[in-house]
Amino acid sequence: MSVSRHARRRVGTAAAFLLPFALLFAVVYLAPIGYTVYESLFKLHRDGLGLSAPTKVFAGLGNYADALHDKDFRGSLLRVLVIGVVQVPVMLGVALLLALLLDAKTTLFKRFFRLAFFLPYALPGVVGALMWSYLVAPGLSPITAAAHGLGLHLDLTSDAMLAPTIGNMLTWAWTGYNMLIIYSALQAIPPELAEAARMDGCSAWRIAWHVKIPIVRPALVLTTVFSIIGTAQLYNEPAVLQHVAPNLSSSYTPIFAAYNAVDDNNFGYAATESVVLAVLAFVLSFGFLKLVQRRGEVL
Amino acid sequence: MTTLQSRPAAADPATDSPRLRSAPVNPARWLTLGVLGIASVYFLAPVWWLVVSSTKTNSALFSGSGFWFGGRFALLDNLHQVFTRQGGIYPRWLLNTALYAVGGAAVSTVISALAGYALAKYAFRGREFVFNVVLAAVLVPAPLLAIPLYLLFSPVHLVNTYWGVLVPSMVSPFGVYLSRIYAAASVPDELLEAGRMDGAGEVRIFTTIALRLMSPALVTVFLFQFVGIWSNYLLPALMLADDRLQPVTVGLVGWQAQRGIGDAVPFNVVITAAAVSVIPLVVMFLSLQRFWRSGLVAGSVK
Repeated sequence: MSVSRHARRRVGTAAAFLLPFALLFAVVYLAPIGYTVYESLFKLHRDGLGLSAPTKVFAGLGNYADALHDKDFRGSLLRVLVIGVVQVPVMLGVALLLALLLDAKTTLFKRFFRLAFFLPYALPGVVGALMWSYLVAPGLSPITAAAHGLGLHLDLTSDAMLAPTIGNMLTWAWTGYNMLIIYSALQAIPPELAEAARMDGCSAWRIAWHVKIPIVRPALVLTTVFSIIGTAQLYNEPAVLQHVAPNLSSSYTPIFAAYNAVDDNNFGYAATESVVLAVLAFVLSFGFLKLVQRRGEVL
Repeated sequence: MTTLQSRPAAADPATDSPRLRSAPVNPARWLTLGVLGIASVYFLAPVWWLVVSSTKTNSALFSGSGFWFGGRFALLDNLHQVFTRQGGIYPRWLLNTALYAVGGAAVSTVISALAGYALAKYAFRGREFVFNVVLAAVLVPAPLLAIPLYLLFSPVHLVNTYWGVLVPSMVSPFGVYLSRIYAAASVPDELLEAGRMDGAGEVRIFTTIALRLMSPALVTVFLFQFVGIWSNYLLPALMLADDRLQPVTVGLVGWQAQRGIGDAVPFNVVITAAAVSVIPLVVMFLSLQRFWRSGLVAGSVK
């Protein structure tokens, strides 16, 4: 009897310990998510002349149908998808290469390189973006100036160069962070393992490919999932870049599109666009997880 | 990468012992160094540009090499302009940021420690469900929450107040995740039982035993949340219309956006302000490196 009283008291303690987090979590996560889904089911209805204030009417999935037919919104989704499909593999490939090189036994100046690669992560995203916006701004850009010196005309803010410029900003900011996750996983590999392979006459390249990369696979999966989600919410970089590249469209990314709807006081539509984006990000990241998951090895 | 093949491992005495540094440097080693060197130039050059540019006058920014000093050394003058512009609002932005980051990170660390410990050390129904919800929340893109949060906070008058930014900053699902993983691994049940035998209450056991054992993980939780808040842009940009409440990120982008409008803030002032704003974080990173690694490892290794 005393045992069960203890057990009950402990459950009470656990509940008390969880309470502050649970309350704030409900306010900051659950309520906004619920509110967004709820609002996405309503449309603003204006009468024919637009004289009276618009009323909110239940629209079911009407907003979703509109969003799927919205050319700007579809364009923004496609644009971000293309940026992600190119940028994420490049970034993670470079991160993996750098991590493997740093992990090699004979590499010199490891500490310096590790810090150099990680430094961009120490800069707030918008400050990094602001810096790059000046580095690519026509008239100010040292890169454009250098290209001009070589007789090349290069405008990094032209329509064709916007996506590569943003991809570069993302790569610069996040490669080091991902590199450190992969590097940390590499460091956890028992040295005897690589040593044994070396004794068997394996080259460093073969050890990397057959021993190290398979072992750090969970880290690669994790960084890919985080990158997919990060790309889906692309906002800061194009928003800051817009100030030096006025040709950057106001519906460049899905979050831009949602903000436009908020500016029009059409929150139902903004909510719908947010839900569509969240669902797509979820489907892509979980689809990726299912694709690569052989045995529940991540998270 | 392919050229690494060219190194027959057995023929490389230097790999057998790191002490044999005097062995001749082979081509693969040079190549490694070359690749890492190029990469570090890519990552460091923009920051170097920022430092160099903060010493230039506005007109010197448009002439000469962007990556080398030129013209008058105007750093002090730039700093003076940064700190006095708009009635000295810049130092206030820095203080606001410090307030949001320290306050939000401190509260979220305590709350995460409590929740993580409860999830790790108490058996109750629904525990795994709660933990899975927390895990799912780690993956929710924060910008998607910003708009609905703004709309929810608006009727309760939290918009355009310090609380509008502080309250969301107090929640860190990643912090709960990390605390739970760490508490499960490093707080032995036997120790808690011993405390109970001695008649200590659950709260006392938590504060005297668990908190102490969890402290390395809690430093990491604090750091991640601190940097997350310091770097946050979208939420405060939405929540705070009054520029006297804004953190430095929002203020800076505001200055950058004024380009060409009336009494616009010149480039050299924005650039110097950006350079100054990153100093606190860079110093923190350099001095607390090992805690970052431990957090990242917890994220990557099951």
